[in-house]
Amino acid sequence: MFGDYSIGDLGAIFAMQGFAGLILFSVYVLMALGLAIIFGQMGVINMAHGEFMILGAYVTWMTSNAFQHFLPALFPGYFFVAMIFAFIASGSLGMLVEWAMIRRLYKRPLDTLLATWGLSLILQQAYRSVFGAREVGVELPDWMMGSWQATDAIQIPINGMFVMCLTILITLVVAYVLFLSRWGKQVRAVVQNRVMAGAVGINTEKVDRYTFGLGCGIAGVAGSAFTMIGSTGPTAGQLYIVDTFLVVVFGGAASLVGTIASAFTISQAQSTMEFFMSGSMAKVLTLLAIVAILMMRPQGLFALKVRK
Amino acid sequence: MNGVLMSDETEKGLKSPLRRQLLMGMAAIPALAMMPRPSFGAGPATSAVNTTGLAVTDSEVTVGILHSVTGTMAISETGSVQAEKLAIEQINASGGVLGRKIKFIQEDGASDWPTFAEKAKKLLVNDKCAAVMGCWTSASRKAVLPVFEQYNGMLYYPTFYEGLEQSKNVIYTGQEATQQIIAGLDWVNKTKGAKTFYLLGSDYIWPRTSNKIARKHIEGHLQGAKVVGEEYFPLGHTQFNSVINKIKLTKPDVIYAIIVGGSNVAFYKQLKAAGIDMSKQTLLTISVTEDEIDGIGGENIAGAYACMKYFQSLDNANNKAFVSAFKKMWGEKTVIGDVTQAAYLGPWLWKLTVEKAGSFDIDKIAAASPGIEFKGAPEGYVRIHENHHLWSKTRVGRAKADGQYELIYETADLVEPDPFPKGYQ
Repeated sequence: MFGDYSIGDLGAIFAMQGFAGLILFSVYVLMALGLAIIFGQMGVINMAHGEFMILGAYVTWMTSNAFQHFLPALFPGYFFVAMIFAFIASGSLGMLVEWAMIRRLYKRPLDTLLATWGLSLILQQAYRSVFGAREVGVELPDWMMGSWQATDAIQIPINGMFVMCLTILITLVVAYVLFLSRWGKQVRAVVQNRVMAGAVGINTEKVDRYTFGLGCGIAGVAGSAFTMIGSTGPTAGQLYIVDTFLVVVFGGAASLVGTIASAFTISQAQSTMEFFMSGSMAKVLTLLAIVAILMMRPQGLFALKVRK
Repeated sequence: MNGVLMSDETEKGLKSPLRRQLLMGMAAIPALAMMPRPSFGAGPATSAVNTTGLAVTDSEVTVGILHSVTGTMAISETGSVQAEKLAIEQINASGGVLGRKIKFIQEDGASDWPTFAEKAKKLLVNDKCAAVMGCWTSASRKAVLPVFEQYNGMLYYPTFYEGLEQSKNVIYTGQEATQQIIAGLDWVNKTKGAKTFYLLGSDYIWPRTSNKIARKHIEGHLQGAKVVGEEYFPLGHTQFNSVINKIKLTKPDVIYAIIVGGSNVAFYKQLKAAGIDMSKQTLLTISVTEDEIDGIGGENIAGAYACMKYFQSLDNANNKAFVSAFKKMWGEKTVIGDVTQAAYLGPWLWKLTVEKAGSFDIDKIAAASPGIEFKGAPEGYVRIHENHHLWSKTRVGRAKADGQYELIYETADLVEPDPFPKGYQ
């Protein structure tokens, strides 16, 4: 297939393809981070993850409308404000859900699957009733659209680079919070031994609530960022949920490093294969490979070694 | 159903000894529902125009509306429901059908195909609807088709679709595939000198059948033209950067895109972000109406061409009246896409057919349908073909940043519907 092209053309395409893979990688990490925290640290299977993302997207849409109406001069910067709002909105909803529903189900992890799935249906219909069944278009400031012309032939999407930077930032913050802060130590203590952690004076209920809230909040930020590359509608969250679970399960449920490694593997495999064959075939092969690897390593790429 | 039947029976109940029972408790209601329906005056008029026991009285006729107002398809089907309600209201305002007011029963297909079949059966068997306006996806139409054929109902189906179907019990008010594809390809070949085409689509029957027809036409009928790529993506796919790079590498004259749903939004946003300039790169789509642009954002798709039969911006008296009536009923901000307009045709075509046949009977309507003309259609004059599809014009529009299409080209004559095109299968 490359016979007819010049070396320069091919070089440019491979450079852009490399970036396409990295952008996909960032998207996967951003999608999966919130779920990995909730699933990995709490053992809760949050099927409503996609809906928390879409809440973030709707908040972004409302913020953009508000800025257009009241503060048109500040419109170019609205996205940063929107992401903060998205974090707060999804995080608070997450804490509310944890308080009302999830905390009653900690001893029945499989039931959380059903309960959060029900929650996802409720949220979808709520979005439909509030925002209408049609998709909404989120308007972006001009500087975030288009591409950066690296050379004559190489164009890198600006929103892709934005997602990449955001992912790196959020990953660093999460890593700091979980591994270096006092609160992170409490979270990990609760994960390893809830009773003992309670006995040494950690308020386990509070830790649970904030962990769930943090995971949902990050989902909200991800949803906010994805308004740049995807659609915002009541059921748009469903588009992400399968890939998200794939990344988390493949990486090993309890490991943040695993999530990142798995996102990298899947995204590179996917984007390379998509280049050489049709999109549907690439997806089939990716899924087959994941199934095969999970059969050999059911615990995922990186499993946390804990005494059962 | 309850809302409708109950009101009849409550009225009767209030005058009868049953009133007490009704007041005594809700328990009486199921019992009421089991009683035979009160027979309305069997006047000669009704018995003459309704010989098969449809829900037609001296003053009213009942039709069904069957679309998804919940679930993933609600996004697309909302416009159709709105258009059908508008048409019914307008017909009632102008005197109804054969002197009878149209009453509608709306059911929700809930984006689930078995539910569509179940609700279709309910509308035909319990409610005895004289006609049903409904369905959007081919999957839902395929699910209800056996029901309509078994219980002899009449379905007015609004969506452009892949063809390869024809039924006595369905009137297809949208375009079948050849009506939407061939004229558009001829136009882009002639005016843009396009020789190389890159075909893209979501991975299900409509895009695949349509691209098959497009490929046959490009390779067989356009001089020196060829297809340089053809690709499908799972429904809901959101990452298009790899294929966009492939497009950049092959540099086709035309990107021919049939991507649907949420993928649509992702595709156009990423195309724009990747620096593909639609004023230099021709893109022709048959899956993006004004409705979809709402979600995509006009600035992301401005400059792309769409091949449809209707655009909201069409400049004719019918359409101006239609657009202003639609906005008055459903709000200034609503947009009207191709399918919404086709849905609007359903009730009107049915009314005209009933009046020509002088009867509500399904068999007579099916027989009277070919040749029915609707001069008041927003898209302009349409006529029903022998094969129950519509003769209609094919049009090409260019998307503008405000979310509307600007009409660039339309066929001089009506294009004949051909659901089983020879040489294209």
